[in-house]
Amino acid sequence: MSKHRITLTVNGEVHRLTVKSNELLLNVLRDRLHLTGAKYGCGIAECGACTVLKGDESVMSCLVPAVAADGWELTTAEGLVTADGELNVVQEEFLEKSAVQCGFCTPGMVVASTALLRENPDPTEDEVRDYLRGNFCRCTGYHAIVEAVLAAAVDAQNGGRL
Amino acid sequence: MNTRFLEKEYDYVKPATLDEALDILAEKENVKVLAGGTDLIVKLKTDALEDMDIMMDINSIDELCGCCINADGDLVIGATAKISHLEKNDDIKAAYPALSEAMHAMASVSVRNMATMGGNFMNASPVADTAGPAMCYGAQVCLKSKKGERTIDATEFFLKPGVTAAEDDELLTGFVIPKPADNTGAAFVKIGRVKSDIAKVSITAVMEREGDTVKSCRLAMGSVAPKPLFLADIGAGLEGQKMTEELIMKTADQIRDFVKPIGDHGTTAEYRKEMSGLIARDCLMEAWKRSGGELA
Repeated sequence: MSKHRITLTVNGEVHRLTVKSNELLLNVLRDRLHLTGAKYGCGIAECGACTVLKGDESVMSCLVPAVAADGWELTTAEGLVTADGELNVVQEEFLEKSAVQCGFCTPGMVVASTALLRENPDPTEDEVRDYLRGNFCRCTGYHAIVEAVLAAAVDAQNGGRL
Repeated sequence: MNTRFLEKEYDYVKPATLDEALDILAEKENVKVLAGGTDLIVKLKTDALEDMDIMMDINSIDELCGCCINADGDLVIGATAKISHLEKNDDIKAAYPALSEAMHAMASVSVRNMATMGGNFMNASPVADTAGPAMCYGAQVCLKSKKGERTIDATEFFLKPGVTAAEDDELLTGFVIPKPADNTGAAFVKIGRVKSDIAKVSITAVMEREGDTVKSCRLAMGSVAPKPLFLADIGAGLEGQKMTEELIMKTADQIRDFVKPIGDHGTTAEYRKEMSGLIARDCLMEAWKRSGGELA
């Protein structure tokens, strides 16, 4: 089995790592970089708990061989927070609208919603629901999550940080 | 089954050029191609893939990742172009709406940011959403090996579940899809349990109109046969006929009676058969409407 030197930029920090060909990006983020925001849910890209940003696009880190992510710039839910602990508008509104219950889906939801608002600053409710169709939540019934994303869109348009 | 780790051991290679990739396919055994990984990695995790000694990542090969309109006005899609980029492409949205709709209907945005049309074809699932539109728009699949290159009509590409007409030493490099004629209308309709699920059944129609008659019609379905199904005869049977609501109803019934789907976890054969007729009706009506036609 081959081993490879790779460079990952995660939340602005550059990491040089040696990875085995069969190591997965999600496990590298969680077990080696200790960024536990992205979660292992289903492992086959059906639930969205492992969602991270590659540039401004969301991807499922459970299906990415770490070696294939060489050179990628990634953002996890941790990276949406500034150095002095300020949350982005999506994270703020998830708290404000009580869009969090058990919290397991939340990092993926927040990351995917941030990608949505960076691409489409003024989405309709239908667009939010469609965009988040790959992120499953078993607690909230989605209503509060959708409300939070719509409120975050307004915040971002008023100058809030996305 | 363990979806947390990849237990399988293999070598990973990432050729920088197409030539290098074709060398690897010609010289090595048990090579699997990594494009988006949304099928390959799932198969590795679920032990659905028996022989893989080498994973070949083709994402560094620049000439495979593009999408453009060529000098003839045809659409050219590279093997590693991401589904999410293609579905938002203005040329595809305008001229190939059924393809754009099929792409948007796939999985979730995060999966589509990774997945490719090349992968959808090589995975060769009977459910493959891009297969129907590709077949109906007359897409040619481009294959390349050390021995040369060839194109194969999309309707002849799929052989059985997971098996295609591509040889082991051939790489799918992309697709060329002819420019649709004027007065062409097309639609893609799919039924899934929820929107992010794979299709229980899907249908594509591409229809060319001449006044109030059908000049040509191509139909294809997903999830009703061991491979994506091109309904050559039923489509051709509409040619030259005056379009009416009655003709659509008759054709939808004909499609329902013709398909022989199987039942599997979550969907019965009877349901697939009934829904085939229902979505055929919607799809034909929408395609005709988009061609500029009215229903008598």
